[in-house]
Amino acid sequence: MAHQLPSLPYDFGALEPYIDTATMQIHHGKHHQAYVTNLNKAIEGTPFADLAIEELLAKIDSVPENIRTAVRNNGGGHANHSLFWKLMAPNAGGQPTGELAAAIDSAFGGFEAFKEKFTAAATTRFGSGWAWLVVKPNGSLEVYSTANQDSPLMTGDTPILGIDVWEHAYYLKYQNRRPEYITNFYNVINWDQVAANYAQARK
Amino acid sequence: MPFELPPLPYADTALEPYYSAKTFGFHHGKHHKAYVDNLNKLLPGSAYESLALEEIIRATAGDASKAGFFNNAAQVWNHTFFWHCMTPNGGGRPGGALAARLDAAFGGYEKFAEQFKAAAVGCFGSGWAWLVLERDELKVISTPNAETPLAQGQVALLTVDVWEHAYYLDYQNRRPDFVQTFLDHLVNWDFVARNLPG
Repeated sequence: MAHQLPSLPYDFGALEPYIDTATMQIHHGKHHQAYVTNLNKAIEGTPFADLAIEELLAKIDSVPENIRTAVRNNGGGHANHSLFWKLMAPNAGGQPTGELAAAIDSAFGGFEAFKEKFTAAATTRFGSGWAWLVVKPNGSLEVYSTANQDSPLMTGDTPILGIDVWEHAYYLKYQNRRPEYITNFYNVINWDQVAANYAQARK
Repeated sequence: MPFELPPLPYADTALEPYYSAKTFGFHHGKHHKAYVDNLNKLLPGSAYESLALEEIIRATAGDASKAGFFNNAAQVWNHTFFWHCMTPNGGGRPGGALAARLDAAFGGYEKFAEQFKAAAVGCFGSGWAWLVLERDELKVISTPNAETPLAQGQVALLTVDVWEHAYYLDYQNRRPDFVQTFLDHLVNWDFVARNLPG
C-alpha cells in the first residue's frame, strides 16, 4: 500500500490569522505531497514498501544505502508533516492540562520554562528543521531540534509536539521573522492532540 | 572596524521580473544584514576580532563550538558573492575562455547546466550550489546551510542560493523554476570569468 497524503483535519483558512491560507495550501498540497510522492518512488518494490511510516523511520539504519537518504528525507518529511497538521487547530492554544501538564511541570519546572526551551530550540535551529517535545524510551520528556526532515523516531524517541521551522512553513506571511511565527504558533497548538500523543507514547 | 552590509551591485529592481525587488528587500535588507549584525555582535573580545572575513571563515570552519562565528561570517561572504553572480540581462551561455573551460570539464554548457541544476535542486534543506575550481579542475558541488567552498580549499566561481528565503516569495515550492531562470536570465558570466585565477 503506497503512502498517501492525509487530508487536513480543518480548512486551509482555519488557522488564520496565525497561519495563512496560501501557506497551508502550498505547504500541504505541494511540499507534503512531494515528500509522499518521492518516498513512494524510493521504496517501491522493496520490502520497506509495506511498513508503516513510523516503523520505516525506526528502521532507517537498516534501509539499503542506495535509498537511505531518500527515505530519511522524504519519509521523515511525510511523518513530520502528518503529525504537524494534527498538532494545530482553530480556537486552540492555551496550556496543557492533566497528566501532560504535570509531566511538563516536573520535566521543565513549569509551562513557561518549557515554552522558553521549545522557543529557543525552534529559533536557533540554523537552516531548515524542526523543534520537538519528545517522549524518551524511559518515558521522560525532552525538548530538542533536528535538522532538515530528520525525525525523533529515527533515534528511538516519540515526538508528541513539533514545529516546522523550514522557511516554507512561514515565509509567505512572516518572511525573515521566524520568532514572530513561533510566538503565534502557540495560539494554534492543539493540546488535546499533544496529550493524546503523550498517552499513546507511554503505553 | 565592524563589518558593513555591502550595497547591492545594481538597483533592487534591476533583475525584475526574474528576481523581485521585494525579495531583495528581505534577502539583502534583512537576511544578509542580520548575518552582518550577528557577526559584529559576536566579534568584540573574541580571538577573531581583527581578522578579515575570509580568515574568520577559515579559522572557524569545522569547529562546532565556533558555529556562531562560522555561520554568520560564511553567510556574509556567500551572500555578497551571490549578488555579484547575478546581473541584468545575464544568463545563457558564457563566451571565450570560460566556454572552453566548461566544454573541457563537463562536455559542453548543456551538461554543465544539467549538473548545476541537479546540485541546486538536490540540495536538501537549506544551502548553496556552486561552480568551483579545485586545484585545476572545475567542479559542480552543493553545500548545506552556510558551508562554503572557501573553507574547503576550493575557489568559488559561481553560486546560487537555494535557501527557501532566496526564492520563496517569487517561486514558492518551485525551486527548479528558480534555478532554471537563474541560469537562463541572471548569471553574470563576466564575474565568473574574473574569478578564474590568472
